[in-house]
Amino acid sequence: MYTEKVMDHFRNPRNMGEIPDADGIGTVGNPVCGDMMTIYIKVKDNRIDDIKFKTFGCGAAVATSSMVTEIAKGKTLEEAIKITRASVADSLGGLPPIKMHCSNLAADALHAAIEDYHKRQKEVKK
Amino acid sequence: MIKKSREWVTMPTQKRVYMDYSAGKPVDARVVEEMLPFMQSFYGNPSSLHTFGQEALKALEDARAKVARLIGAEKRESIIFTSGATESNNLAIKGVCLRYRDHGTRIVTSSVEHMSVVNPCKFLTTRGFEVIFIPVDDCGIVSLETLEGELTDKTTLVTIVYANGEIGTVEPIKEISKIVHSKNAYLHVDATVANGQIPIDVKNDGIDLLSLSSNDMYGPKGVGALYIKEGIRVEPILHGGGQERGVRSGTENLPGIVGFGKAAEIASKEMQVESARLLRLRDRMIKGLLEPILCSFLNGHSTKRLPNNVSVRYNFIEGESMLLSLDMMGVAASSGSACTAKTLEPSHVLLAIGLKHEEAHGSLMFSLGKDNTEEEVDYVIGLMPEIVKRLRAMSPLTPKELHG
Repeated sequence: MYTEKVMDHFRNPRNMGEIPDADGIGTVGNPVCGDMMTIYIKVKDNRIDDIKFKTFGCGAAVATSSMVTEIAKGKTLEEAIKITRASVADSLGGLPPIKMHCSNLAADALHAAIEDYHKRQKEVKK
Repeated sequence: MIKKSREWVTMPTQKRVYMDYSAGKPVDARVVEEMLPFMQSFYGNPSSLHTFGQEALKALEDARAKVARLIGAEKRESIIFTSGATESNNLAIKGVCLRYRDHGTRIVTSSVEHMSVVNPCKFLTTRGFEVIFIPVDDCGIVSLETLEGELTDKTTLVTIVYANGEIGTVEPIKEISKIVHSKNAYLHVDATVANGQIPIDVKNDGIDLLSLSSNDMYGPKGVGALYIKEGIRVEPILHGGGQERGVRSGTENLPGIVGFGKAAEIASKEMQVESARLLRLRDRMIKGLLEPILCSFLNGHSTKRLPNNVSVRYNFIEGESMLLSLDMMGVAASSGSACTAKTLEPSHVLLAIGLKHEEAHGSLMFSLGKDNTEEEVDYVIGLMPEIVKRLRAMSPLTPKELHG
């Protein structure tokens, strides 16, 4: 059902945890649907210096979260915002069709964290 | 590709523990032995007049008698062989409703039925029938009061599961039967999971139609039966050469039926001892899975429960992740989470007992069987705290107090 890459990220998730003093936090999904994830980012010189995730959900939800942190780490915010659901799934060697819709939320969580970062920056400037 | 993705499952040193007997069972060696001659030596058609055919017919009727004996049926002719429990449920529900539609077009069922009962009922709503789903309590037991209130003189059929496979709850069939018959409706019971685990007697229980499956009793897959009480007629759903008293056309699957008969015979003799053994394992496992872990719960009833069913839930984590984690350790189980199904909704049975969606997603079901040992139960009990801890550490829903 899952590719070896998905299982690898499920078994050994990269960047799992929280960043207590994160610069941006994005949460998407809903426990009612069975998938929910939060991405924490730390930004330095417009780059994602550190990134961590927490996920409630199936194997695909965990693996996409882990993968998106791996792809985004070190990228500029402009590069990171271009990461899509499709590119996360491709990097994992594909996902079962039914999981593309429900569990492939990690890119959305990353985008939400970047938006949160921008929002906080604006508030600081005010 | 498939081989590669499976490699991690079958690592040579990997311990393998199968606890998903509700999904599929091995065929008993004695059953296989009984079936083999009917592949190559006795291959005649039971409908044929010649000796080859008559040998086959005798085997067919012997198997029928064994299945009848297991459920206390008055005579072997009450047993109709089918391709499995799904067909039996379809035949019972559509067959009775279509045959007796002049009596009324109301069907009453429960909210904890298998999809092979739910969907034929829903199909009949497209043919002018009305279906009422009776609620269950938080243990999964059908509300007798609501049942009684919903029965009208237009009710043709009531169909209730003997015991639900997901949560293991055994329904009060005898009491249900009294209510149903006081309103002159027929009672169909889906005994697919219950059969071979707990004693069922169609006469004593007051059952008019009963669905059975062979594999659930360690017989071959692809065979089932429907008991139809004498005097009740059903409209066939398969039309053809008129086999099985015209109720179910199609040349009989003789090797499968012979195996089913043998499995029924074995179940008649061994069920009592085996069920007592499973019940001890079940209770040991439930205790061991819940006691060491906070925010863990049993699904279903603690005693009115199938001897092989262990259904638990852990808050803040999701079922498929637990299944994958167990599979990594060689353990096969199942879950009511949407993620393990072909739909995105969690199990309707878990929602019917009042679980919230997120609770249903966190459910885990082990169905025990003949090869499980106390050592295997203890192995799984030993794995669970670490699996739950790891997934809870990952989950944004876990309260801070539960960490560390």
